[in-house]
Formats: sequence, C-alpha cells, structure tokens
Amino acid sequence: MSEISYRQALKNAMIEELKRDENVVIIGEEVAEYNGAYKVTEGLLKQFGPKRIVDAPISEAGFIGMGIGASMLGIRPVMELMFWSFAYVAWDQIINNAASVRYMSGGKINVPIVIRGPANGGTGVGATHSHTPENFIANTPGLKVVCPSNPYDAKGLMKSAIRDNDPVYVMESTIMYNDVGEVPDEDYTVPLGKAKVAREGTDISLIAHGPSVLVCLEAAEVLKAEHNIDAEVVDLRSIRPLDEETIVNSVKKTNRAVLVEENKPFCGVDAQIAYLIQNQAFDYLDAPVQRISAIDAPAIYSPPLEKIQLPKANVVVKKVLEIC
Amino acid sequence: MTKTTDTKKSARTKPTKANLAQEAKTPANAKLTSEELIGFYREMVRIRRFEERSLRAYQQGKIAGFLHLYIGQESIAVGCVSLMEENDHVITAYRDHGHALAVGMSMDECMAELFGKATGCSKGKGGSMHYFDPSKNYWGGHGIVAGQTPLGAGLAYGLKYQGKKGCALCFLGDGAVNQGAFHESLNIAALWDLPVVYIIENNGYSMGTSQERSSAHPEEGIAARANGYNINWAKINGESLFDIREGVKKAMDLARDKSKPSLLEIHTYRYQGHSIADANHKKYRSKEEIDDYRKNHDPIILYREYLLESKLLDDDGIKEIDLAAKEEAEKSAAFAEKSEFPVEEDILKDVYWEEDNPDQKQSEGRIFFND
Repeated sequence: MSEISYRQALKNAMIEELKRDENVVIIGEEVAEYNGAYKVTEGLLKQFGPKRIVDAPISEAGFIGMGIGASMLGIRPVMELMFWSFAYVAWDQIINNAASVRYMSGGKINVPIVIRGPANGGTGVGATHSHTPENFIANTPGLKVVCPSNPYDAKGLMKSAIRDNDPVYVMESTIMYNDVGEVPDEDYTVPLGKAKVAREGTDISLIAHGPSVLVCLEAAEVLKAEHNIDAEVVDLRSIRPLDEETIVNSVKKTNRAVLVEENKPFCGVDAQIAYLIQNQAFDYLDAPVQRISAIDAPAIYSPPLEKIQLPKANVVVKKVLEIC
Repeated sequence: MTKTTDTKKSARTKPTKANLAQEAKTPANAKLTSEELIGFYREMVRIRRFEERSLRAYQQGKIAGFLHLYIGQESIAVGCVSLMEENDHVITAYRDHGHALAVGMSMDECMAELFGKATGCSKGKGGSMHYFDPSKNYWGGHGIVAGQTPLGAGLAYGLKYQGKKGCALCFLGDGAVNQGAFHESLNIAALWDLPVVYIIENNGYSMGTSQERSSAHPEEGIAARANGYNINWAKINGESLFDIREGVKKAMDLARDKSKPSLLEIHTYRYQGHSIADANHKKYRSKEEIDDYRKNHDPIILYREYLLESKLLDDDGIKEIDLAAKEEAEKSAAFAEKSEFPVEEDILKDVYWEEDNPDQKQSEGRIFFND
C-alpha cells in the first residue's frame, strides 16, 4: 500500500498500461514536453519516449478523430482533454464517430479509446472552462463514462478504461488531483458499473459522483455530529454503465435520498438516478427524492459566488433536514 | 433553399480533354494486362448498374432516407482501389456505394443494406451512407461532411505506428473542404508526416452550392490550399481512369515510401442530384452543363471507346459486360426484397463490444436504460 495523490494514481495507471500493452499511446495538448498542464503525465515522455507520449496541436476534433481512426486498426489511444469543456470542439468525433461507428457497421468495428481530463468547476476559470459533461456522454449509447472521486478509484477505473474495448471517458477533477489516499502497489482494477458505499449509514442515502462525493462525506460528518442523523454516502463511480443495485439497496435501507451533483439540474445525472429510485424503490420511500445540482446558470466567475453555485456541505445538510 | 436567379456554373476550371490512348502508356498503366484493363471497365459498369437499380428501388419506396448516387464518378473509386496493396486502407463519405463495390463488397449485401434488411452489410443498421468492410480495409461510409477526414489521418497514423508500409486513401467531396475538421486533419497529417492521401472528388457542387459560391481558394483550385500546409498536391482529370491511376499512384508511393501526405483534387461530375431527395439539381446547374458532361466527359463512355479502339473488347463483349452487370444488380434487388428485416432484439446489439462479447465482459451494472 502507498499513500499517493489522485494525480499520481492516474499516472501510475497509465504507466502500468503503457508497459502492459504496446498499442497504448497517450495523446494530448502539452502532455509530453510540458509534462502535462496539470502534471498528470509528468515524466512519461522521459520514460516512454515520443512515440508513446504525443504532443498534439490545439485541434481537438483533429487529434481525437485521428485517435478514433487509429483505434479502428487496433491502436489504443488515451487522449487527454486539457479540460472536458473543450470536448465540444470535438463533439462530432466524440458522438458521431466514437459512439456510432460500431453500430452503423453492424458490429464490424470497435473503438477502444479513452478520453480523459478534468471535468469540474470551482476554480474561477469561468463558464467555458468549468463543464462536467458526464450527463451528455451518459445519454449516448455506445459510450461509457466514469467519475472517480479518490486515488484508489482513479487508478482502478483508469486501468479498466484503458483495457475496455469500447470508448470510455474518464472525468477527473483539478480540485481532486492533490487529494491523497491509500492505493495498493500491486496490479488491480475497479470494474466499470460498480458503485461503492463510501460511508455506511441508516437514516438517509446521499448519492453522488465525482467531487460531490467529498461534499456528501463532509455533510455526513456534520449530520452525525450536530443532528444525530446517520447518513449513508453512495459513490456512483461509474455513470454508464450504472450500478442500480447498490443505489436501490441503499434507499431500501434508509427510505430517503438526497442526490448531489455538479451537473446543472435539467437532465443531469441525478435526473436519471431520481427516476430509477422512484421506479424501483417507490414503496420504500418515506419522502420524495431530493436533489442538489449546481445553480442553473453558466458557471459564474466571481469566486465567492462560484462557491455558492456549486454543491456545498451546508446546503446538503439543509436539504437533508427538510426531509428527515 | 435560396432561389438563385442565374444558374451559375461552378468556377472550377475544366481540365484539358483526356486522351486515354496516350494516358494508357504512362508508368502506372503501361504494364496492365488486357484482363486487368477489361476488369476496370467491368467494375465501373457494375457500379453504375447497381446505382441505377438502387435509384429505381428508392423510387419504388424500398429504400428510406437518403441515397447519394455515384453515377458519373465511377472512374475514381475503381481507379484508386485498383492501386491498393495489402496495407493500404480506404475511407470515404456518404457517396460510398462505388468504393464499397470497388473493394469487393457484394451487390447483394449492399442492396440488402439499402432495403434495411438483416442480410445487409451493416445488418440493416447503417443504411446507404454507412457501408463498412474491415476485411477489405474499407472503413466506411460516413454521414457528417468531413467527419471522416480526421479518421483518415488516424488510419495513416495507425499504419505508421504499427510500422506497416502502407497508406490511407481518404475521400471527400468539394463540399467538405471548408469544414474545420478537415483543416485540422491536414495540419496534423503534415506536422506528423502521416501517410494519408486526401482525395477530393470535386463534382463542382456541395449539395446545391457551386464551388464559386462556397470556397475561397488560390487560382489553381481548392487543392492548392495544400500549399498553406506545405503538403504535396495535384489536380487530376477524373474522366480518365488512366489519369487517375497515374496521379494517385504518385501520391500513394509518396505516402508509402516517404510517409508524406498528399491532397489530390479529381475533377468529376454527378448526373443525379446531391441525393435523390435533391429536387433542385437541374436548377442550380444548367441543362447545358449536365448534358455536356454526360456526352463529352463520361468516364465510362470514354474508357469504352478506348477499349473498342484498341480492340481489347468488341461490341459483343461490351454488351455482355453490361448485361451481366444489369442481371447482377437485378438479382441483388430480388435478394434484398426476399430477405428479412432485423428483429426488435437486434436494436440493442452491436452497440458495445463488451455486450456483444459477454464471455470477455469485465464491466458490471446496467448499460441500457429502457424500462
């Protein structure tokens, strides 16, 4: 076991897979010589050389489409988006090519790509740099998307993503890159489609993904200390595929749910979670499913307001008290 | 659709008239056997007869959606594919029936795909714009204009990465040259020395908009934009199968041997509309222009004349090839007609590799969300 950062965990996953499979190649802007805009790929160029670690020009549609094309021949590109907010520049490639080429060919082709990068707000970078598009990705059959919230899951899910023969998109977070956690030294993976109970509880289920999981864990501490409410925190980890069983079992146990996400409310991930809870655990609910999403406007710049716009522990606590 | 008061011809310059007898002697063509030479004619005729049969089927309501016919452009697919070797790959846009037949896909599977049947090359899931056959190094069949151009760079990148000596032929129309993704692809191809040959099948019109109304380019033409990326480029007369082979071979050799990209512009024409749904193709083009290309610049007619003049084939031989092609196309329509449609359960297949290969599945959880 080692205590390493989320950033290091991602890097270790890539190092292990680069060693394991010669078809894996890392492509992105500033990933090689600059050592990564957020240092996730720091040192990789030195270790693996320019064939395996490739600096792309600022052309998301170009290099991501190129990666998709190469993957049809068996290359396994792991492509970095400096911010997932830049995905829309390449949206045609990401949705119309990566997601659809297998289907439209009647199953003759598969696209074993990974696209990874930070998907988060909260850093004062404004509306065009703060997107969390896991909900858009999850709405697209043919794609998979995961949101690790800690170093252990970051490494395990990244390795699964790279080994997966379908397109898997990994939503990281600049805010979590420095978070430290225990990670095994030996080879392990975290399967897609498996949620985790991050904190066991009996009175209410707090269900979240990505940075919102940390918000819920903080809220759970406050709820216990100040209100004697024992909250269970469910970390989705994987959005598509989705672990419905863990979600439903939690709500069956606690009878109440508050969903927390950085997505905006309309058709965010939690809209889907809310649907499935009322559909599969209706008789177990003692209150309507509640939801905390980001406040429904483009990401505001002004730092104190940006903090208010995103889910916070005190807002989660307040919402819990409304239904408990 | 804006109403144009004048039927402008496209501003592209017409190449000098082809002289197939001369062009047959160029290095790429001089050593062709009579069997090969006749074979090219057969392939072009097969494509045209297939397209004509599918047009009829569309008018009979057997085919849904769009149908982008290749009639008039057959020399390009046949000429280029005839140059392909083991490690060469091809990708194109939605006017893809010609390329599919040229690489060796069957009329049966192609027609069945148009009819939406389970026996189609994409099991009925793709339709006209999405023919694929990886076993023949053929990667589609793509509906978004220029969407395939980064993929073409990717095929070249993959070949180079794997240390294979080969090239990617990436076809596009004159309508695609203004898309951003195409420019990104050119830059990447030049920057990284990718062995990709971009081939613009310039039929003068991006849907209803002539080249003059859509594209800003140097005097020499749209392919001259390659100068901006320091990419090798050339213009080719599409009415001559030999010219196509000679010009494209140079670019393919450059890609295979030196790993350098090229941008080729092949002058061609389509007699039908952009798609069969295009009701305006005789409005945005003049009757004189369409007739001129049909009578004086048809690649099949010109090639047939060459075969007859050089006594490689006589009138009976020509008739035989034509009849065989018509019969083959008719047979494929009958095959398509009597084939079954996919069943409802098929809708959820071929979405994820993992779901289609359950014995190797690693993921858990739910992947499809209908109730």
